[in-house]
Amino acid sequence: MSGAGTVKLKINGVEVTAYEGETILEAAKRAGIRIPTLCYLDGLSNYGSCRLCIVEIKGSPKLFPSCTTPVSNGMEVITDSERLRKYRKMTVELLLSEKPHVCAVCVANGNCELQDLAKEFGVDHLRFDREWTRQKIDLTHDFLVIDNNRCILCTRCVRVCDEIEGVHVLDIKARGKDSQIIVDMDEDWGSSRSCTSCRKCARVCPVGAIYVRDKPISETKDKDIAQFIISRRRR
Amino acid sequence: MNKVNFATVWLSGCSGCHMSFLDQDERLIDLAEKINLVYSPLMDVKDFPENVDVTIVEGAVGNEEQLHLLKTVREHTKILIAIGDCAVTGNVTALRNTLDNGSEEIIRRAYIELTDVNPLTPNDVPKLLKRACPLNEVVKVDYFIPGCPPSADLINYVLTEILAGRAPNMEGKAKYG
Repeated sequence: MSGAGTVKLKINGVEVTAYEGETILEAAKRAGIRIPTLCYLDGLSNYGSCRLCIVEIKGSPKLFPSCTTPVSNGMEVITDSERLRKYRKMTVELLLSEKPHVCAVCVANGNCELQDLAKEFGVDHLRFDREWTRQKIDLTHDFLVIDNNRCILCTRCVRVCDEIEGVHVLDIKARGKDSQIIVDMDEDWGSSRSCTSCRKCARVCPVGAIYVRDKPISETKDKDIAQFIISRRRR
Repeated sequence: MNKVNFATVWLSGCSGCHMSFLDQDERLIDLAEKINLVYSPLMDVKDFPENVDVTIVEGAVGNEEQLHLLKTVREHTKILIAIGDCAVTGNVTALRNTLDNGSEEIIRRAYIELTDVNPLTPNDVPKLLKRACPLNEVVKVDYFIPGCPPSADLINYVLTEILAGRAPNMEGKAKYG
């Protein structure tokens, strides 16, 4: 890959060629460099809400989310450092403090991307006061459940529902810590006439917030679904 | 070699962490050579002794008696380790925190609604705190062993490191929750 429409940058000291307009995360991925992610999912638009994919760019004191920052010529990117690990650990702790997450009684225990990241960054306790306010659990659908107590607002479900299934049943209401995933115009899931019951939301949920009732979560998760459908559409 | 004064404490937990501690199996023999057990639900000692070197505490702080005990433990212990998710995050014990009047609601549920005979609110048990909380919200905690329960291997790793005077590195080891 070279010539018009491409740029050269350095990631962790290694020279990488990338397409113009591509994100740092995509360029790093192709070069075989892993950057931790959570809200990002291949096949969906990039949202940049979780801040786990932050990287350092030489010449700037700021940290940049690599999933939404485009590459540019001569850019020097660092994807792993003590500073980045410190902030990523803190981000995981903040996500865990924000809702009453109790892994022991969660369907996703052992199959949870947030839990895996906590392990990776050595989160052995939370340094922040926890929020215990109870959130809504919607059990009205025949087999899909949304438990907002476990939601980290990554919006993967919203994006897969809109961009892949094309029905946009799910969305977010309110702002800040009051934000919550809603069905249609904040109605019961069971009475939704736009939901096709395709289960894609449950397949891509990184935690145990949306799941299929009475099914082991390991059987219902299918994180490649968005990328799979997109690649078929292009044929 | 001087033995280390070692204690284990059981607050609002299910004792699963103590079971996991015992699951160290034959490694307990090596551990026994290094420690002098001075207080534990596994032995008959009424008062928490002074001059304890290492104490592991299981369970969240759920009532006033536990709060008092934990403060005594902290005063008398050099290294305090929170063991298991209830001690580390509140976990199942703290689920009542999501209810509006959790402490009253669970007393009513346990002693009145679910009883077959003599439903009454007890007045001779320690008063529940408004919220069950992890240890580090009440006292300074030196090390944390998360897990529900933590594996015997993880407990053994942390204790081995601490008894050898090293700080355990939890990156990639401790399964949160």
